[in-house]
Amino acid sequence: MKAVHGIAAAVAAGIALAAGLAPAEEKSPALQEIEKYRAALAEGNPGELWEARGEAIWKEKRGPRNVSLEACDLGLGPGVVKGAYTVLPRYFADTDKVEDLESRLVTCMVALQGFTPEQAKKDPFANPGQKVPMDALVAYIASESQGMPMHVSLAHPKERQAYEMGKEIFFYRGASHDFGCVTCHGASGKRIRLQDLPNLTDPADARRAYTTWPAYRVSQGEVRSMQWRLNDCFRQQRFPELEFVSPASIALSMYLAKSAEGGVMNAPALKR
Amino acid sequence: MRLCVAAALAAAVAGCAAIATQDAARGPSPEEVKAVLQSSFQAKGQAKLDRLDQDEVQRLCSTVRPGHALAPEAAHRIEAAQMAAIRYPQGSLVGDWKSGEKIAQQGTGKQYSDNPAQPSGGNCYACHQLDTAEVAYGNMGPSLHRFGATRGYTAEMQKYVYAKVYDSDAFSACSNMPRFGHMGILTEQQIKDVVALLMDPKSPVNQ
Repeated sequence: MKAVHGIAAAVAAGIALAAGLAPAEEKSPALQEIEKYRAALAEGNPGELWEARGEAIWKEKRGPRNVSLEACDLGLGPGVVKGAYTVLPRYFADTDKVEDLESRLVTCMVALQGFTPEQAKKDPFANPGQKVPMDALVAYIASESQGMPMHVSLAHPKERQAYEMGKEIFFYRGASHDFGCVTCHGASGKRIRLQDLPNLTDPADARRAYTTWPAYRVSQGEVRSMQWRLNDCFRQQRFPELEFVSPASIALSMYLAKSAEGGVMNAPALKR
Repeated sequence: MRLCVAAALAAAVAGCAAIATQDAARGPSPEEVKAVLQSSFQAKGQAKLDRLDQDEVQRLCSTVRPGHALAPEAAHRIEAAQMAAIRYPQGSLVGDWKSGEKIAQQGTGKQYSDNPAQPSGGNCYACHQLDTAEVAYGNMGPSLHRFGATRGYTAEMQKYVYAKVYDSDAFSACSNMPRFGHMGILTEQQIKDVVALLMDPKSPVNQ
């Protein structure tokens, strides 16, 4: 995009360029327009609509057994939603697995509501014009941890194993472009085009990044979860498709969540 | 687990936990990582599961951690092997800078969401400043503005640029820059066009 087109894009569509700017950068008219656009966005976060819908779905009697998710144990006891996001992923004795929020919701939909695993995992991410329960549930549950610090346990051996596995996956370079997570997220002050990149190996950056997911993505008009974020990163890394709630996705979330230890949850945030 | 049970029987539960933690803390083996990845990804579009298979460069570069460089012997081995594998075209190395600019702008190619019948882009602006008329450039790599004007439009420099785009690991092991020629991301003609973007005196990059 040339400068003139850049201004038009930022004003008219305001999507591709609505990204972070390096602090030391001289501000061209195009960049000033982008900043105005971002400020306008910050005034209202449509993610609240997903939170409300998610709360309704959490309490709604659904599935073959016609029961709600209100007895679901997200890690702090059955039915406790407040603060649950700050301790996930974690080990659950009933499944003998480390689960993140999304995989735990799948577990509860199957065990409590009687859905099949295939039904519970179907359509995890919304397509344009199609609302799905998972995005809304994630938005609601994450919002119930706003203002609370991340505190993920590595006390159980399987939690430690997931963390170590996630770290290896973070540094795993492959596919046609030799990209790994670390390619874009291993150094500070970097950006792709105008998009700031968090350095996820730096605790301050890792906290800022992790605590703002799930997020309402303006460019997509949807709330997107951490599972979606990881899925779309691997697409751009030229990897095959990361499967929803797969072991690698949970391990990587564990590494990122622990890297964000102490970060105060502020999700769903608003992102380009 | 058997060790853990033995330790618990022989001594105390605390001993068991300590052993289990040490085992986990050592981290998974490369085989365990590969098995988890293979169970977690599915082929989609042009991105098949063989994309998870690493060559020696990828395998060694995955061991690098922030603040630590690859051991010099390993780095030299990568650079020598990648340099030896570079294939130069017959004749001129400098193509059409206008085509090179399009390649530098295009970010698609090789993703499972991309049409494999279309040529891939180089996405140079994602990481580099080139033509200063483009304000949306990244800073993962150095600015390349006035690349040829500064360094001279020599045959040696043309050859260097061709080789660097073809395989950046031949010069700097574990570079973040894709190996555009070696991995078949860009064609020979496309690389020549990118060389022109940097090395043609008429290219906007050199104004």
